[in-house]
Amino acid sequence: MAMHPVLDKDVNKKIFLLGNEAIVRGALEAGLDIAAAYPGTPSSEIGNTFDKMGEDAGVYFEYSTNEKVAMEVAAAGSACNLRAMTFMKHVGLNVAADAYMTIAYTGVRGGMVMVCADDPSCHSSQNEQDNRYYARLANIPMLEPSSCSEAKEMTRLGFDLSEEIELPILLRTTTRINHMRGIVNLGPLVPGKGKGYFDKDPGRFVTIPAHARTGHINLLKRMEKAMEISENSPFNKVIDLGGDEIGIVASGAAYNYVIDYMKSNGIKGKVLKLGMSHPVPVKMCADFMASVKMVAVAEEGEPLLENDLSKIAYQKELKVKIYGKNTDHFSRRNEYSPDTIKAGLGKLLNIPVNDNKLVPREVELPTRPPSLCPGCPHRHTYHALKKALGQKFKEAIYSTDIGCYTLGIQSPLNSADFLLCMGSSVDAAGGFSKATDQPVLAFLGDSTFFHSGIHGLINAVWNEHKFVYTILDNRTTAMTGHQPNPGMGRRGGGAPSKGSDIESIVRGCGVDFIRVVDPNDIKATTQVYKEALAYDGLAVVITKRACALLEVREWKKNGTYTPYQMDQEVCRKCKVCINTFACPAIELSNDGVVSINEEYCNGCGVCVQVCPFGAIGPANREMEVKK
Amino acid sequence: MSKQLRIVIVGVGGQGVLSAAKNIGGAALEAGHGVVMSEVHGMAQRGGVVVCNICIGDLDSSLIGNGEADVILSFEPIEAYRALNLANKDTIIITNTAPVIPVTASIGEMKYPDLDDIFAAIDEVNSNLIKVAATELAKEAGTALAANTVMLGALAATGKMPVSADDLKKYMLSKVPPKTVEMNGKAFDMGVEACNTGKC
Repeated sequence: MAMHPVLDKDVNKKIFLLGNEAIVRGALEAGLDIAAAYPGTPSSEIGNTFDKMGEDAGVYFEYSTNEKVAMEVAAAGSACNLRAMTFMKHVGLNVAADAYMTIAYTGVRGGMVMVCADDPSCHSSQNEQDNRYYARLANIPMLEPSSCSEAKEMTRLGFDLSEEIELPILLRTTTRINHMRGIVNLGPLVPGKGKGYFDKDPGRFVTIPAHARTGHINLLKRMEKAMEISENSPFNKVIDLGGDEIGIVASGAAYNYVIDYMKSNGIKGKVLKLGMSHPVPVKMCADFMASVKMVAVAEEGEPLLENDLSKIAYQKELKVKIYGKNTDHFSRRNEYSPDTIKAGLGKLLNIPVNDNKLVPREVELPTRPPSLCPGCPHRHTYHALKKALGQKFKEAIYSTDIGCYTLGIQSPLNSADFLLCMGSSVDAAGGFSKATDQPVLAFLGDSTFFHSGIHGLINAVWNEHKFVYTILDNRTTAMTGHQPNPGMGRRGGGAPSKGSDIESIVRGCGVDFIRVVDPNDIKATTQVYKEALAYDGLAVVITKRACALLEVREWKKNGTYTPYQMDQEVCRKCKVCINTFACPAIELSNDGVVSINEEYCNGCGVCVQVCPFGAIGPANREMEVKK
Repeated sequence: MSKQLRIVIVGVGGQGVLSAAKNIGGAALEAGHGVVMSEVHGMAQRGGVVVCNICIGDLDSSLIGNGEADVILSFEPIEAYRALNLANKDTIIITNTAPVIPVTASIGEMKYPDLDDIFAAIDEVNSNLIKVAATELAKEAGTALAANTVMLGALAATGKMPVSADDLKKYMLSKVPPKTVEMNGKAFDMGVEACNTGKC
């Protein structure tokens, strides 16, 4: 197999890397030893890269069951004097926060970099929380890259910095940086140590109250050092474009739009790029603000730098006016773009926004929301359950979770009513079952079950909650790109593993009603749901069928793939397949003809069970027609 | 400052938008140009709209603003219309003519518009629309999956790229599975040909 491009040994070669790959390269140039993570967009390709490289990377990598577990695995590595890394999406840090807050007190031995990938605009998330608050909350130094080459360098130097300050470094990215592809100049790959040794020091690593109080003192001292470093960090720099009319403070992706805007409009001024943005270099910021006539702050998310600068200006008695979110030039919402900067700085500098964009006459377009793929077993589960519910569908509460199956929210499945975060399906279902007499249904996937679906299950057994808990076991972590989970027989990096069996866990938690069913068998699944709905207690249904994308890949490889087709002579245009099933491969033309688009059909054949007139069958084969 | 070129590629999850973008960016990098681009990964790939921005030249931004695109390469006709805010009157707009029906239309909740009307609406504001029957041509070359290669050929033929059609083709062929080299080469050439003859 070809070597992964991230492992290229050619020093000074310029290669084209995704931001997430650049982060991995930076860690490998820093002598990384141990990495652990749970996948989450936009951070997923970091783990995917380690997973693909396998043993070639020369580091220990694991997918852990959730972000907290991953962070604690990495923290132990660091305590053994190894260089350690963990990475997660922004909301993953909420899960890991308990460990995170106290690692700040123990500090680190081996350098530790924690990547958290924010998602302004909620491209694939349930909120757009600004995790720069977390750096301030725990008092941990933070780096914010603006480009792929910076992502690599900040990761690499982050390990050095972490060891120098003896604190973990939060490398905070946003979707735009994770999923940016840019040019990265390769440095030498540095092998790690392999194994470390844990020198006991309970006064530091056992955080009983007496030790924790000392830990806090140490943290504050370490952050004083971090402040000195931040004042002189090469990641904090002033770009002088001539003139002092305006000084713009920018970080992350916003910096890119600012610098391109300034250059293309010939605006004279200065830009203070804050790459090490916590602790904010107070003296550097004060000097910068004193050197310009007005200050604007371009940062995505909350006005953190802006508020810091206001405080610094007040303390240093600077009269300079600071513009940003507090003056309505920028928004706290959504990721920024060149247009955001054009509008905000244009308003401030009286430069009209001449974007020459085309404004065509209005043509009504259909929306194109992401949807469950053709052949997706989740659709089959929802379809069978809806049949079993009958009239009760309207009042039944669908407490759903984070994964592809959330897409069941689309019409006509309408199978999502409540969602907060990973694991909320089963936890909230317990609450619904006590708060109402409506039928209550919880749904989560296999990976989410291992991540955070087990505590809620134990709680439901303990407190005698009554609901139907469906574990949609599609044998993978599909939404984030098919990462392995403990139920799949393999670990991150490819090694085989016995793992854990979902059914045994459920049984071990004390559940009496457990059914495992293939959701591609609509009749059997409907029957299972009828029993589960009638059961007076907690009923667990495990719908077990591999993700359609994986199945069809396998079928195409071994030559057994057959798409399905609609016999137009048999089809009575009743539209049951359209109105209740809605596989994207089944199309309704503007003149009412229903057909199967063979290009999209993944060949699951479940629509055969849905058609009441036997009009559907495998393409290019004699069809058995029930007339 | 070296010449700047901003290309937007739009399409639907599964159409190969990402690999086309990587080929364009990679070929430009190989020719010594600065390149930065934005990709879409994750949830949107499940049948949703996929947009890639490619910024070639001395640029830090990986996103393209309103009216800033020099080229819009659309793998699906209504997505070309949807991306018009990124275009100006001089933008070259190349679109595949084969529709990908979104599920909202296939279940009859919304209507897929008349394509002639879509093309007319684009023509009214931009006179550089190039229509390419990329999916059909790709089928002729061997598989509908090569539509993205046909589109790449069409882009190369506009002469807008800072690399020659031959170099882009060579780069692309070095990245595809060995078994598909011949088919992709054919699809690319068909795209070049279609662009040279298909301007409307």
